[in-house]
Amino acid sequence: MSDAATPLPRAAEPLLRVEGLKMHFPIYKGVLRRRAGAVKAVDDITFSVAEGETLGLVGESGCGKSTAGRAILRLYEPTAGAIVLEGRDIAHLEGDALRTLRPKMQMIFQDPQASLNPRMTVGSIIAEPLDEHTRQSRAARRARVTELMDAVGLNRTFVNRYPHEFSGGQRQRIGIARALALNPKFIVCDEPIAALDVSIQAQVVNLLEDLQQQLGLTYLFISHDLSMVRHLATRVAVMYLGKLVEIAARETLYDRPAHPYTQALISAVPSPNPEIEAKRRRIVLKGDVPSPSNPPPGCAFSTRCPRVFDRCRIETPPLYDLGGGHRAACFLAEPAARAA
Amino acid sequence: MSDASVGAPQIDAPQRSLWSDVWVAFRRHRGAMLGVVIFTAIVLCVVFGPMVYGTDPQFIDVRARNAPPSLVHPMGTDNIGRDIFAQVLQGGRVSMLVGVVAMLISLVIGTLIGVLAGYFRRLDGPLMRMTDLFLALPLLPLLLVAIMLFRDTLRVLFGPEAGIFLLIVFLIGITSWMQTARIVRGDVLALKEREFVLAAKSIGTPSRRIILRHILPNVLSPIMVSATIGVAGAIITESALSFLGLGFPPDFPTWGRLLYDGKDFMTLTPARVLWPGLAISLTVLSINFVGDGLRDALDPRIRGR
Repeated sequence: MSDAATPLPRAAEPLLRVEGLKMHFPIYKGVLRRRAGAVKAVDDITFSVAEGETLGLVGESGCGKSTAGRAILRLYEPTAGAIVLEGRDIAHLEGDALRTLRPKMQMIFQDPQASLNPRMTVGSIIAEPLDEHTRQSRAARRARVTELMDAVGLNRTFVNRYPHEFSGGQRQRIGIARALALNPKFIVCDEPIAALDVSIQAQVVNLLEDLQQQLGLTYLFISHDLSMVRHLATRVAVMYLGKLVEIAARETLYDRPAHPYTQALISAVPSPNPEIEAKRRRIVLKGDVPSPSNPPPGCAFSTRCPRVFDRCRIETPPLYDLGGGHRAACFLAEPAARAA
Repeated sequence: MSDASVGAPQIDAPQRSLWSDVWVAFRRHRGAMLGVVIFTAIVLCVVFGPMVYGTDPQFIDVRARNAPPSLVHPMGTDNIGRDIFAQVLQGGRVSMLVGVVAMLISLVIGTLIGVLAGYFRRLDGPLMRMTDLFLALPLLPLLLVAIMLFRDTLRVLFGPEAGIFLLIVFLIGITSWMQTARIVRGDVLALKEREFVLAAKSIGTPSRRIILRHILPNVLSPIMVSATIGVAGAIITESALSFLGLGFPPDFPTWGRLLYDGKDFMTLTPARVLWPGLAISLTVLSINFVGDGLRDALDPRIRGR
């Protein structure tokens, strides 16, 4: 495939490299609580995020996007794999070694209501990371809190209010301010806009973009909103049933999706242009997502794929490199098959 | 960082602390203030009452046995002519002290075990089985055995009254924390999955500070409720022990003891059960009000309404 997509600026070492990350949650059954299997929430995913870019991570509910994000931030203990942040594998760090790394990576949560302690004032919520990682005077800390509130567009007089006194969009700004408090390099945005009104979504997304420009942030933007990801991300990764099925630069992925699942996802995005919308052909997938505790043999998508053939049900397709950083896990994308 | 920055103007209001807010809201809570007034009044009465009201609770006025309330004996006398008012005042000291101290002990144990079991999955099994074990123990026989075993040692060490007080308070405390532990554990289990706890983890807050900062303030309501119930329970348990002859010495009045002594004379002198009973009820009620007010004041969503 000739690579028409803009070549990505590649640093020698990306900010974050995830290699073969697995996050399995054990299932215990019976009287003796024997281990009966595992929910393979994230099963062997590999990708990297370069400094300053936004990697969109999309997929339907339950495909393991949030788990992947949390495992990368080491909120979970990954089952296997490596998470290399700035050249250092953090996948199995413990205790203080992990704690001192926390300021570099932060998270913005999906539900701004649930992610703020209802019994703390906005000031103390935003100051919590500062309390934990810096030894500042009270005045310096307060100045920093005000600065952060200004940066995310919150009125600084709100410092003494409680989360329930705010609207959803404002609460999300509080969460963003907290995430920014320690000048992180890498932020996992776990569906930060999914719980917000459409009008507020735009504000928050614009805020995230502005902050990225000003502070040189790197985002892992987890979302199921494909149009928002198209707006925000520089590269997009698609997950299905705990596996990475396709990853490519934004234009490549939206214009020439290689994996049938990606094609189906993109065909479901409505277009605001009525002429294009009238011609849009939806690929409707049938059936349900298989259980991640009992995935089908072969390709995980083989049970629902409209272009499935025999090989898919036996062999698991690897991520084929299609050039220009475009990779897809489908036999149809196999270079040999394409040549034939 | 961004536009607004170095040398930011002073924020108009200083950072409010949780406790100053709670105090302001508590002051505004009418029921709570009523509870505080009643409770303080009872405390003042039992602390200073015996000094002001000169009658000795042990003084036997033989000519005025089973006397109805009069000016000399405001609450009447018992069957051997002791002044009931003096006994209620004197008995309140021990009863209130037992109630409050035993409640504090059981609260501390119950909260500690509940939080540890709820927060640390590894401790959950052992701690909760221990709670079940304590719940399954027949309480009264256990107390009786413990008192039989340790009474004399403690009496020698601390004197007859202080010794039995320590023993009773300790025993009631360590046999009444189970409900609190279970309720707290349940709440902690739900709370620790909330995203703000996850956010604290992603910040790198260590477990002990997550518990202190995020978990404990959010489980205060059930703790408050079990505290108020605990005071009443401790007063009643103490009276049951006294009734069985294993609490304080028989001539040492407590509210529970007065109740039990008076119950046989209920038809003759109803005042004998009425006044100690009223004292217990008022104490428990006022503590309930205070607990209610505290719970409301500690919840920012209710505060200020």
